[in-house]
Amino acid sequence: MPGLSIYTQQTVPAVPKPMSLISPWRADFPGIQALAAEGQTYLDSAATAQKPQAMLDALLGYYAGGAANVHRAQHLPGERATRAFEATREKVARWLNAPSAQQIIFTRSATEAFNLLAYGLEQRLQPGDEIVISALEHHANLLPWQQLALRRQLKLVVLPLDQHGLIDLAQAAQLIGPRTRLLAVSQLSNVLGCWQPLQPLLALAQAQGALTLVDGTQGVVHSRQDVQALGCDFYICSSHKLYGPDGVGLLYGRTNAIEQLAHWQFGGEMLLHTDYSNASFRPAPLGFEAGTPPIASVIALGASLDYLNSLNASAVSAHEAALHAELIAGLQLRQGLRLLGTPTVALASFVIDAVHNADLAHLLTEQGIAVRAGHHCAMPLLQGLGLNGAIRVSLGLYNDGGDLKRFFSALDQALELLQ
Amino acid sequence: MSLPATAQTALKAFSACPGWEQRARLLMQWGDLLVPLSDAERIEANRVQGCESQVWLLAEQDGAHWQFRASSDARLLRGLLALLLARVNDLPASELAQLDLPDWFTQLGLARHLSPSRSNGLQAVLTRMQHLLDANDQGAARH
Repeated sequence: MPGLSIYTQQTVPAVPKPMSLISPWRADFPGIQALAAEGQTYLDSAATAQKPQAMLDALLGYYAGGAANVHRAQHLPGERATRAFEATREKVARWLNAPSAQQIIFTRSATEAFNLLAYGLEQRLQPGDEIVISALEHHANLLPWQQLALRRQLKLVVLPLDQHGLIDLAQAAQLIGPRTRLLAVSQLSNVLGCWQPLQPLLALAQAQGALTLVDGTQGVVHSRQDVQALGCDFYICSSHKLYGPDGVGLLYGRTNAIEQLAHWQFGGEMLLHTDYSNASFRPAPLGFEAGTPPIASVIALGASLDYLNSLNASAVSAHEAALHAELIAGLQLRQGLRLLGTPTVALASFVIDAVHNADLAHLLTEQGIAVRAGHHCAMPLLQGLGLNGAIRVSLGLYNDGGDLKRFFSALDQALELLQ
Repeated sequence: MSLPATAQTALKAFSACPGWEQRARLLMQWGDLLVPLSDAERIEANRVQGCESQVWLLAEQDGAHWQFRASSDARLLRGLLALLLARVNDLPASELAQLDLPDWFTQLGLARHLSPSRSNGLQAVLTRMQHLLDANDQGAARH
């Protein structure tokens, strides 16, 4: 891959530093406490996050109070479930500052949302049209476009990165052109942990009349988003990384962008009328929510958002920033450790000279450290770096200085055995 | 069913192993005993698919007995491979077919390495081993 390199951090002399970073929110997450009681230090929140008690209560409350299907029944339980379900749509819209709840489509995962767009836009694309992604995309924002390109003889253009892991704007300006129909890029890489220069990238695409899609799966967790200010046509994220239940993906679309989508999954209540031969379909959002949706999970996501809304956002950001700084500083002290790119938020991925990441992962696991090892669903990115894998430490708002201390002590023990 | 001599040694060593550090050291020592594969053998055709680490597995039939050779670029995985080979090599094909390999790793206190969440895994090696044996059976049936 041209540009991005993994580079050796300069080793600085060890400065003894008290690790007294306390998360005032840790007590709200029974999962992180249960894992800690079991001797597990959870540092894999970029894969999935632990859940607040409020979410667990909502999940149980819905089932224990009487389940019912949504958008179908006139009976009281059905009406109650539908109200709660639709209330989450309102909460998501407010969370993302979308103009209307009708612009929020619930899918079963973020991955499904990307696939919805790839199928929903397919008929509008002609052979030779170009879809532009970047070199750091998660497989979820690569494979649907790659496969669409193969189906429709489109060209998939991959924007290269600079040495810090940021999409190279000068090259993007050359590569985004008149045949570009869609720009689909991540806001925050799940491997490199840095905010991408979205504004200039979106402007380049918009100047060509292309649609724009932002993968906010990681970004939405670490900074409050405003999709109107961002100005993208579509924004995708998932519930389970945002301290909500799994089984729910979120797709925001600008109204005139959503109107360009063809219906893609059929069945259930997504239609207006059908006979045996033909059917007409509802508009978004319900027209894109075929089948019974994950009702309990959507309702419980509402509780997670209420919980997050109740927190002091700047205190959360400050805590996460302090933890991240501590993480980076600690990593930089380790001999032979190389960071991937220049992580500035949420996570850091690294390799260690002459140590196989699988061996390191093995020994961290033995010591109860839950970090991710491997290619992180970004195989081409890792290949481009000439790596067959890396270790990733990722943070949630419930992590604290003690978690990092245990991680570093386990890392040192592992390296002592391996080096 | 008889336990080959090297397998007996392994069982004795690993069951006496008190903690993770000693276990890791022991695994690396066993891994160092693996006979290295040549460059010509470390090829795609011998790669175990489904492992994030590179693993190669070769099978040769010597009369009624099977001989496997294996290697990996990851050290601890090399140790696990050595323990696998210690259990399966030199067995008559009939005994090999009945072998409960997950139980072998359970006896060694290494069952966790067979968990389905491990994409880096020993499980893929066992699956590949079974494929190699099945392919041979089918080949034999055709002749």
